[in-house]
Parts: sequence; structure tokens; C-alpha cells
Amino acid sequence: MRISTGVARRRSRAVTLSTSGLLALGLVLTGCGSDGDSGSDDAAGGDKQITLRVGTFGSFGFDNKTGAKLYAEYEKLNPNIKIEETNVADGQKYWDALKLRLSQGSGLADVQAIEVGYIAEATGDAMASKWVDLGKAEGADTSAFLDWKVKQATTRNDQVIALGTDIGPMGICYRKDLFEKAGLPTDREQVGQLWAGDWNKFLEQGEKYKAKAPADTAFHDSASGLFNAVISSEPDQYSDESGKLHWEGSPGVAKAWDVAVKAAQGGLTGKLRQFDEKGTWNAAFKNSKFATVACPSWMTGIIKDQAGPANKGKWDIAQAPVPANWGGSFLGVPKAGKNTAEAAKLVAWLTAPEQQAKVFAVNGNIPSTTAGLASESVQNAQPEYFPGVPVGKIYSDAAQKITPAPIGRYDGQVKTFLTDNGILDIETRGTSPDKAWNNVKKLIEDKIDQ
Amino acid sequence: MATSLQPDQDASPPVVLSGSPKEPKKHRDPDSWRSRLYRIDLKATPYVYVAPFFLVFAAFGLFPLVYTGWLSLQKVELGGEAEWRGLDNYIRLWDSDFFWNALANTFTIGLISTVPQLLMALGLAHLLNYRIRGRGFYRVAVLAPYATSIAAAALVFAQLFNTDYGLINQLLGYVGIDAVNWETEKWPAQIAISTIVTWRWTGYNALIYLAAMQAVPNDLYEAAALDGASRFRQFISITIPSIKPTILFTIVVSTIGATQLFGEPLIFGGSLGIGGGSGNQYQTLSLLMYEKGWITGALGQASAIAWVMLLLLLLIGLVQYLLGRSGRGKKKDGAARS
Repeated sequence: MRISTGVARRRSRAVTLSTSGLLALGLVLTGCGSDGDSGSDDAAGGDKQITLRVGTFGSFGFDNKTGAKLYAEYEKLNPNIKIEETNVADGQKYWDALKLRLSQGSGLADVQAIEVGYIAEATGDAMASKWVDLGKAEGADTSAFLDWKVKQATTRNDQVIALGTDIGPMGICYRKDLFEKAGLPTDREQVGQLWAGDWNKFLEQGEKYKAKAPADTAFHDSASGLFNAVISSEPDQYSDESGKLHWEGSPGVAKAWDVAVKAAQGGLTGKLRQFDEKGTWNAAFKNSKFATVACPSWMTGIIKDQAGPANKGKWDIAQAPVPANWGGSFLGVPKAGKNTAEAAKLVAWLTAPEQQAKVFAVNGNIPSTTAGLASESVQNAQPEYFPGVPVGKIYSDAAQKITPAPIGRYDGQVKTFLTDNGILDIETRGTSPDKAWNNVKKLIEDKIDQ
Repeated sequence: MATSLQPDQDASPPVVLSGSPKEPKKHRDPDSWRSRLYRIDLKATPYVYVAPFFLVFAAFGLFPLVYTGWLSLQKVELGGEAEWRGLDNYIRLWDSDFFWNALANTFTIGLISTVPQLLMALGLAHLLNYRIRGRGFYRVAVLAPYATSIAAAALVFAQLFNTDYGLINQLLGYVGIDAVNWETEKWPAQIAISTIVTWRWTGYNALIYLAAMQAVPNDLYEAAALDGASRFRQFISITIPSIKPTILFTIVVSTIGATQLFGEPLIFGGSLGIGGGSGNQYQTLSLLMYEKGWITGALGQASAIAWVMLLLLLLIGLVQYLLGRSGRGKKKDGAARS
């Protein structure tokens, strides 16, 4: 098959070096690493002043402004360390830039976040050697994490290139006020029952909502978001057990595509692109343009930030039609970073159960450690933005039902093509599903095969 | 260059040396180290003076060009090893729908930005050429858009053209026109991008035209006015023919700019910018090249696109050169007849 031909390839210093000048121009995102760093690896434990850079995307909930203030806490514990975070909204763009920087070995932050969709690429032969083995790092305890979470970040040579921050057990977040206006129940148990077991039932409720909906609102935020939600509930996604891409024949992809296309063509969605850099999606949260959004635990942090104080208390969380895991991330330490030893310590600390619980309480990112999941503070957590909603209970229950799907090297890219060029095209431009599917097929053939 | 230096070489060294009476020995011996040094100095110095440009050009112009050409014949993954592929990358481009789509987009966006841009610049230059109060201010003002960064301009326009919240759709709403999907539909998106390009470059071209117009002898206008020609007639029959070489120059420069269009669609599209929208409806060649190289990591294919772009520009340049030459020929005929 053409697609699998480009997998294993060794790297050549010459090409890397000679392209690095051009690469520097091509890079758009995250901080660029030279100024201000005075420390080095052997400063571990010393009093030398060190600035650690952390590169993230989306919402990790570590920061001092809206997050759990973990950086401030760590700086207090380690007076010689200063932490700077650079954040990019769009996870795809973040990964593209990170990939370039890894391949050229410069411009990297000391700690880099990795989304689960790209973890197979990060652990793949081409990139595995670029990361510090955190399995052996000081203070890191891989046995604390859910087994499958560690397995996802482990290379063929049993290196653990990153530690898990959170996982993505999914519910459906919905607007109680809009549901009420549309004549739908608002109690989270009842709402969950409306669509329990079947995504098509979810669409049926969408039709009901549409019939009586307040003007200018849609049932669901985006068809591509719905696609991600449905496929997250499927045991068989883009790649098979061996990591080989088989998206075209995958029942999971077919199902998610059908549901998303139905929603798009039925006018149930807000024609938005999630994480859009221009902020249209964010604005739609603020302006109450849609009633539901597929809601992995980390999404609650985004709702809080984007919907803003004006919509506090209007959101509730029901169970998803089918249990699902959407997303979840890792923190890795690139070898090319300046303070790898200190960075590894920071990663171990940030991903420890206690810290994960703190992040969850503020930002909703559900722990990837067993102790974190089981902790009282997570189980009983009720984030302030969702008064009366037992968020901790909902997501730790949902986490128990997760069956992880195999992930392949190209999953992240294929997902982007399917959503951005397939579903979004149908949704916003009315392209016929057949044509859009063909377009995606051509894109994947053209761009994944080298 | 070398030939023009030849005469000096023979003539000057003895002359200068004879002017230094303190060293009579060396005067008698023209082959002494000093005169040899002098000759070397005379011969080599001009090359040293021009060398910085050519060294920089070789490092940052010629080498990348040749290296890109070499890469375009390889299969190279970002950070991987090169593997000889011959013309495979070019054949793949020929077979690729995305390449032809990008080529067509580059052409259409180029056309709907360059043509109005140059026409407007001509008109603007004509107006600026009048004796009006505050002429200096207006002349600086038309250049202001050119001085803004592409990123800033594209961001502002992306806001203006926003489908849901943008000013332009709001204004259209007042006159009863339905909201236009400036981002998702092909032609509106291309027009929106062209607007950014036009806005930035019109003033720049206008100033070039203005400079050329000021070199047109005033007698021609006076004579035409005596003959009863209107201002418009003068513009068509005197101004335009007189600044024809300048117009040709701006067409060449604008064509090159249009072929390399990158920043405007990239920023206009936001997260979807590199792909040129969900259906690649405004992906230009430069964007495709960027996507191939830095997103897909296929440097060989990106290099092939770069070379195709270069060849296209050379071809367009040749056509324009030939057109310009035939135009000049006619003008001379006309001049001879009158």
C-alpha cells in the first residue's frame, strides 16, 4: 500500500542542518529558546537560576491566571526555578511546529505537551530518540498511571517518552436554559436517557430541538466536533492493532462520518470549526449560539474560559450516548532542551496525582493516574463554574468505561483531513458527502504518502 | 567589466610611482613588490567591492536555488534521508488535483487583485498629478497601506469579512443583501483576499506611476489642450503612452508578487489558512508548497513546486518581454510616421 511506504526512515544530519535556516522562517508558534536561560543540566538541585519553558496547546490548567496556579506553587518550592508557558490554541498547528523543531533540534521548550492523537507519531522510530526517557527520570513513577496511558507513550524500545496529564472521558455539555426554551428536559439524568446508547437518538433530539429552538441557535456546535465525539466512542478508529492506517475500511470512521454528515445536512450544527484561531467558535460560546457540545472532561475548562461569567450556571453535563474517550495529553521532555533534568522533574511533579487533582478542580482535566482518579477531591469535585453539577463523579464514572482504541502514526493527520476538509466542507459549503469523501481520500493519498 | 580595466592597467602604475620622488629605486624597477601590489590592488579592488553582494547572493540566492533543484529530484522527508527519485516529484505534481487547483487559484486571485489594483493606481496617480492643495500629504497617505505589515492588514480584513460578526456583511445587511460567506465560498473568499492585496499595493504602484508621469513634458499637454483635448483624452492619449515602460514594469512586479501570494490567504484563513479553506478554495501555490514542505514534511515535493513556480515566472517574464518589445516597435513606427 502506498500509505505505509514512508514509515521508517533514518535521519540525516546534512538535510536537517541545511534546512534549518528555512525552518526558522517556517516556524510560527511557541517560544523560541535562547534568551534568558543561564542554567544547564548539571544545575539540578543547585541554586543556579533556571528558566523552564513549557509549550502547551488548548487548555492545560497549569497556569497562574485561570488555571490551578501550579507554576507559582512549583516556583515557591524551587526558588531557583522560573517557569514560562507558551500556549497555542490550535492543537494541529502546535504539533506541526513542534514536529519541525524536533527534527531540527532547536527552538524547543524544555517541556512540550503532546496530544494523544499524535502520541504514536511521537513514539515512532523517527522521533523516539528525540525525547528523554521519563521512565527512568528522577521522581517519575510510571506505575501510578493507567496502564494503557503509559503504553501509549512507550516506544518499541520500552522508553517512556512522556507522562500523561489527563484523559478524555466524554459527556455531553448542554445549556439548560436553551433546552428549556426548546421544550426538552433539563435534568441531567433525563437528558442522558434521551440519547442513551445510540448517537442517532442524539440526532433525533436535535431535530426536536430545532423545531422549537430559540432563533439563531443550533443544537450542536459543529459537525466536525460531533465526528470526533462519535469516533471517540468507537473501539476501531483510524489504525489497526499494528498501527497501520485503515481509515477507509474502518467501521468507526464510517459511523462517525454518517452521524456527522446527517447532523450537518439536517442543519443541526453551528457551522463552526472547533479551536478556530480567529475565535469564531469561542465567540459562539459567549453568544450562546449552540445548545450542546461534546464534552470530554478538558472541555469544561474551555467552556468556563470561553462562555465566560455571563453564562455561569447555565451549563450542565449529561452522559454521552456511548462511553467515549476524546483526547487527553502527555508532557514530554525533548533532549534538545536546555535543562532536561530539571524539566523531567517538573513533568513528574505536574503529572503527580495530587497536582492532577488540583488541575481537575479548576480546569476539569481528569487525572490519568489511578490515585488521582480515585482521590476524594476528584470524586467530589464541583467546579465553581458548574454549580450543583457533580463534575468529578460524572467524569470519574465515565473514565471507568473507557476502552482505549489503537492509535497509529498518521491518526492525527487523517483526523484533521476528515474533519477540516471533509465534514467542515459539507457543513459550510454544502459539498456533497461523496465528493467530500473523495476529496479526503485524495488528500490522504497525496499528503501522507511521500 | 574586465575589458574596461585593461587600459588603466598598462598606463597608470608608472605614472603614479614617478610622482613619489622619495623612492627613486623603485621608480627604476617597475617590477618591485610595491608596483606589483599596486597593480593587484587596481585589478582586484573592484571585485572586492562588489564581492559582498555576490557572496551573499551565492549563499542565500544561488545555493538555495540549486539545492532546491537537487532536492526536487529526491524523496526527502523532513529530518530524513534523501533518496533519488528523478522526475517523480514533477510527475506527481502533474497528476495532482491539488496542484492544478492551487495553480488556478493563484491565477484567478492574481488576476482579480492585479488588474483592478493597477487600474486604480493609474487613476490615483493621475489625480495626484494635478496641482491640488495638500498634494504632499495625499502622496504620503496613499503609501500608508504599503507601510503596514501583511499580518496586520490581513487580520483586520479577516475581521471585516467575518461572516457572522464582520462589518462588511453588516453594511450589506443595511442595503438588504444577504450575508455573504466570505470565508467558505470560493469566489467571495478569493475576492476578499484580493481586496487585501489591492488595498496594500495600490498606493505603492500609484507613486511609481506618479514619478513617471512627472517626467512627461508639459508641452505635450499644453499642445493637446490647445487642440481642445479634454483631461480624460489627454490621460488616454498622452499620459498612458508616455509611461508605458513604467506600466510594463509594474505589471511584471505585480505578476511576481501575485504568483508568490502567501501571507494574505494564510492569515485570512486562520486555522484553515494553509490548506486554503476547507475545500482548498483559496490555496495558492505558495501555500501548497508550504503545506507540502512543513506540514506534510515532503521536502522533495515542496522543492518541485518551488521550481515549477520559478519556471512559470520565467515563462511569464518572457511573454511580457516579448509583448513589451513588440509594443515598443510599434511606438517607434508611430513616432517615425508622425
